[in-house]
Amino acid sequence: MKKELFILSIVVAFSLLTYWLVEPFAHGQMHPHVEIEGFTYSGSSDIAQVDTKISKIKADIETEKGKEKPDTKKLGALDKDMQVAEQRRESKKAFWADVERISALKGNASAGEAVYANCTGCHMPGAAPMGGVVPPLLKTAGALYERNYLIGLIKDPAMASNVDHKFSMTRPHQMDSVKYMVTTDQDIVDVIAYMESVAPKQDEITPEIAFQDACGRCHDVRYNNWTITGTKPTFKDKRDEMAFDIKHLDAQEGITGYMGKLPPDLSMYIRSRGEHYISAFVEDPQQLLLGTSMPRVGVNAESAEKVIAYLEEAGDPVAEERNRVGKYVMIYMIFFILTAFLWKKQTWRDLH
Amino acid sequence: MAKFTKATSVKDWLNQRLAIEKVEKVMASEYWIPKNINFLWAMGMVLAITFTLLLVSGIFLLMYYQPNVETAFDSVNYTIMQEVGFGWLWRHIHAVAASVVFLIIYIHMLTGIYYGSYKKGREMIWISGMLLFVTFSAEAFSGYMLPWGQMSYWAGMVITNLFSAGSLELNGVVEWIRGDYVPGQAFLNRFFMLHVLLLPLAIIGLIGIHFAALRIPHVNNQDGEEIDFEAESKKYLAGDKVGSKVIRFANDFMSKDMFVVSVFLMFFFYLTFWNYGFAMDPVNFDPANGLVTPAHIYPEWYFLWSYEILRPFSKDLGLIAFGIAQVIFFLLPFLDRSDNVAPANRRGAFAIWFWLMVVDLIVLTAMGKLPPEGAFNTIGLIAALVFFALWIALPFITKSEKKL
Repeated sequence: MKKELFILSIVVAFSLLTYWLVEPFAHGQMHPHVEIEGFTYSGSSDIAQVDTKISKIKADIETEKGKEKPDTKKLGALDKDMQVAEQRRESKKAFWADVERISALKGNASAGEAVYANCTGCHMPGAAPMGGVVPPLLKTAGALYERNYLIGLIKDPAMASNVDHKFSMTRPHQMDSVKYMVTTDQDIVDVIAYMESVAPKQDEITPEIAFQDACGRCHDVRYNNWTITGTKPTFKDKRDEMAFDIKHLDAQEGITGYMGKLPPDLSMYIRSRGEHYISAFVEDPQQLLLGTSMPRVGVNAESAEKVIAYLEEAGDPVAEERNRVGKYVMIYMIFFILTAFLWKKQTWRDLH
Repeated sequence: MAKFTKATSVKDWLNQRLAIEKVEKVMASEYWIPKNINFLWAMGMVLAITFTLLLVSGIFLLMYYQPNVETAFDSVNYTIMQEVGFGWLWRHIHAVAASVVFLIIYIHMLTGIYYGSYKKGREMIWISGMLLFVTFSAEAFSGYMLPWGQMSYWAGMVITNLFSAGSLELNGVVEWIRGDYVPGQAFLNRFFMLHVLLLPLAIIGLIGIHFAALRIPHVNNQDGEEIDFEAESKKYLAGDKVGSKVIRFANDFMSKDMFVVSVFLMFFFYLTFWNYGFAMDPVNFDPANGLVTPAHIYPEWYFLWSYEILRPFSKDLGLIAFGIAQVIFFLLPFLDRSDNVAPANRRGAFAIWFWLMVVDLIVLTAMGKLPPEGAFNTIGLIAALVFFALWIALPFITKSEKKL
């Protein structure tokens, strides 16, 4: 008996070591842990990303200079990259400092209503697509998105979404015109105060609404029948279904043109990426996938939780059932082990 | 023709026609097993049970799975996992059992190596077991294609590419295997056929041979002692159960087997319900996409050691090394030049050989999964070289082994 336990402990130790190496350790190496701020949007990760880039360019310059015959052309190009990166860092720093300053101001909802009239030119029912995307209705915006992010978005949409690398003076962000419509700091906080005042309360926003408004304009979730053109109903007539599908395909084409790639269907993302990854990705896509065309969406912590709940419902709706059935199976197994043990004892009584 | 009399009972009726009493004796009550064994001898039964779990869960999955590149992914992840009652349970059982079966196979193999249960008449047990290992590997790989996720697609791409034989560039062979230039419908269909028909048939046949191979040389025991089964079984039947060195397969051995099986199943179901991630790679929950390569492509954990033998070398050398690694274990009974059948710890240098091999296989497994960068690359290369050095050393160290 003692010997058997000793052998068992060796087998278990080697198995656990192998498990630890190929699972927690290897995955830790492949997917380094990312820090998240908890949806506060201070811009620190945006600036850190540029810092990383700068130190990489610095290292490249050092290596080039260290060579016997440094390539002057390459050095020139690197110097230029450096200048651009340093400029980006300065503008990001200035931008997020502005956001912090503005966030201290107090908004006035009734003054904001007048400013908001500027927004309804694009953000209205039946709005036409702008370069591939349809401007969203802002009914829930005041409750879905973090105030800091909204301030940033109105001040400079590309900067707040951390996709400024995709845009320039000659290729402006779709919502760039907001800079010329909501011009003063006070206007910005007023319009946000107005949006907050008309938004539904937190508990009125279901996971479904949170997902559809924050993510569903770009992402299908076919396991929940969600498409970027809305929930797909059950059709009686094949032609109606085809008409719906064509509308859907057109919308996909538009969004592909805007993003460069069709945003993926998120049905199984809770299993393929997991809660932590999704959460970090939603907070700042660039941090996990540098250069991605996905803009930061700016949801607040509550909305992020709801988005994840929605994805769990889509990709892993049986989690609770799994726990329940699992517990019964474990109880059964205890009886099984007990019975098997007693049978063995009885059978071997005469053998020793 | 045999003479049949009017049956006195159902049992008698069957006995006259099927000799069930005789069969029961031969297969169970007078199939003699050494008494001096530990729980590692129950791994055969654990494997039989796990294979049954795979077979039964597979039958249920087969009722809803659709082998079509358009619908395969959703038939698994939506129809089976969400729509069909308890479909998720069958899938989790199937996936976890497919992974755990290899853990048990490795324990079973290493037990055989440790106790020297592959020589002096037991060679066919070892060889048929190795054939089972290879067939199980093919079964696991073909099954991995079926959910048609990213890892299915890219694992299929990488593994079928091996058949181009490196610099020989036999691309025609690869196309012939795939039925297409890249994995597609023809590819999925043939791997489906292999997974649900041809390979399971081969496995069942090989299990029969594996069991039959045990009959004449008998099961080994903890001390490698040569037992006179004839005399010992007579002793047992005469009533000296305590003095006899053998026990009945059923119920004596079986009752111990079932206790080990019960503990194993508890562990198995814990994994099935709460810790299944190691057996269901997250990357494979992305649908197959020929235009997007996953950041890291790696096989399931049980193939990692041989994958790492392929990886650190140049293309052709790696393929040759990989090829040798696949068959070298078959040769174990012939590369071990010692006559001793005994646990490794009594065999001097062989004990060191055994534990070095275990550690090396674990190092290879870990490096096979880690990204091939920096130190991991060097460690992987050294571990692969050690693997071959061990096999080259084996005939020499066993040749000079003292006779026990």
